[in-house]
Amino acid sequence: MSLRVIKPGLLTSIQDLGRKGFQQHGVIISGAMDPYSLRIANMLVGNKEGEAALEITLMGPTLKIEKNCLIAITGGNLSPTIDSQTVPMWKPVYVKKGTILRFEGCKSGCRSYLSVAGGYAISTVMNSKSTYLRGEIGGFKGRALKVDDVVDFNVTSTILINREFKESFTAPKWFVNDKEFMPSRMPAIRFIDGSQSDYFTDSSKVSFTENLFKVSNQSDRMGYRISGPLLELNEKRELLSEAVTNGSVQVPPDGNPIILLADSQTTGGYPKIAQVITADLPMIAQIKPGESIQFSRVTLKEAEQLFLQKEQQLKELKVSISLALKKQQVI
Amino acid sequence: MSSMPEKLLNKTTCVLSPLGDSAIVITFGNEMKYGIHKKIKMFMDLLEDEPFAGFIECVPAFTNLTVFYDPLVIYKNQKQSNETETISPYEVVRSILETKLEDLKEDKKLTHRTVSIPVCYGNEYGPDLEYVARYNNLTTDEVVHIHSNGEYLAYMIGFAPGFPFLGGLSEKISAPRRSSPRMTIPAGAVGIAGMQTGVYPISTPGGWQLIGQTPTKLFLPNVDPPSLLQAGDIVKFHPISTQEYKEMILKEGV
Repeated sequence: MSLRVIKPGLLTSIQDLGRKGFQQHGVIISGAMDPYSLRIANMLVGNKEGEAALEITLMGPTLKIEKNCLIAITGGNLSPTIDSQTVPMWKPVYVKKGTILRFEGCKSGCRSYLSVAGGYAISTVMNSKSTYLRGEIGGFKGRALKVDDVVDFNVTSTILINREFKESFTAPKWFVNDKEFMPSRMPAIRFIDGSQSDYFTDSSKVSFTENLFKVSNQSDRMGYRISGPLLELNEKRELLSEAVTNGSVQVPPDGNPIILLADSQTTGGYPKIAQVITADLPMIAQIKPGESIQFSRVTLKEAEQLFLQKEQQLKELKVSISLALKKQQVI
Repeated sequence: MSSMPEKLLNKTTCVLSPLGDSAIVITFGNEMKYGIHKKIKMFMDLLEDEPFAGFIECVPAFTNLTVFYDPLVIYKNQKQSNETETISPYEVVRSILETKLEDLKEDKKLTHRTVSIPVCYGNEYGPDLEYVARYNNLTTDEVVHIHSNGEYLAYMIGFAPGFPFLGGLSEKISAPRRSSPRMTIPAGAVGIAGMQTGVYPISTPGGWQLIGQTPTKLFLPNVDPPSLLQAGDIVKFHPISTQEYKEMILKEGV
């Protein structure tokens, strides 16, 4: 008894930082679409950064909290409430047992992360707790949450157990400034040239950065289908299947690109015009179907520097969060 | 442009290029052939036997090998020995790989595992067997005979967990994909598409011509490795009767 699903929401699944090391067997990586938000959600409750959390998509679930706990919600703002009061995001929140956590609707972004101190009681499959939806393995019974599911969590902290829970929820005043990780206005998504970018006509390469691409409704964790000007090859060419990865932008013969994301297949046979940089992948996870993407080209060296900068920021954030948690004896 | 071929090596001719900021593709050729597969497999074995710090995994394909690494680990390692210059994890990994490529001994013989997969051909288990026979002016028995006497090399596993891309199908039994793909193909379905043959490890939509069904599981999530077949395996198919199929299904505990 920990967390009971009253309503499952659109797509609520257990995710961590993914299942690495099995791609040569065709096993996809999976994991959080927005790994930065997942990591911060874990830092806020004193978990390991890569611990599994609930990934909540657009229309969130209604959950009954059946055990006193410490949670954090990060990522897109899907209007979380506890017993009808707005729950602050990007900070640790004590929640009393018997309360109802609801998500009232999407205000900004697309995906929220709900972590709990001690982590969810989920066993690992191939070194990961992530749900591999198509393979029906990992996470909670290999699938998204359904009505009446009960997801347990491990309460490990004695401070948490001995604490008195009077209010439905309580939270400290401080919070993580989310602007760095959830910009209010979506900036351009940066990419480096893809492995087959020279297969494309010059005008297609120009169109790719000079036009907006709209995210279609047929977009999911596997990939976002986007549409804009059709992208054309110099000549018809057959490509033998090869590895693709999170962020690969492949173009099927119809000319509409697909950005492969967390549940990307391991190999693909369409030419890749671009590769979204790792530092910008979490931002794509927060773009909703119907919204548009502007692409901007960077060099590989810039991509690497941007990646390392983000890691540095997260490292500093982790230090300040753990200081704040210690000071208040939160954990 | 960063995606262009960057350096040609003399000994083993190959091209290194980035796949984003955390993977490198090593291309050994441009066609599906045994000699290229051999180099890919041997280099993969070499990397897995002596992984460099920051190595995550590699994914073999028909003409190339993609090596995934953790740029943060590479950066931290390098920073200890080099305080001043800006570090490009890609450059560091590329140089490590170039050195290792020089150690690749191509005269070595590659050993292959042979895996035999039982197949119940035709009828409800292979709804397109008749079509494949008619398309090639053969009897269904002849198609089964040719398919089950072939030896197929698993060049790579991809598309779905445990799904082998097999080379070596006889031209005599090749057949085009279905004009309209099936909404679901059951796990274990054995199919033909063009010059390829393969087995679907999990149920997916698909356009292959289905000629049979195997009771053997190809995706084994609770076993290490989780795929029955590995790149480099020789795959054979042997016919079984409906009775044998049913018995084997019971044994597999489906």
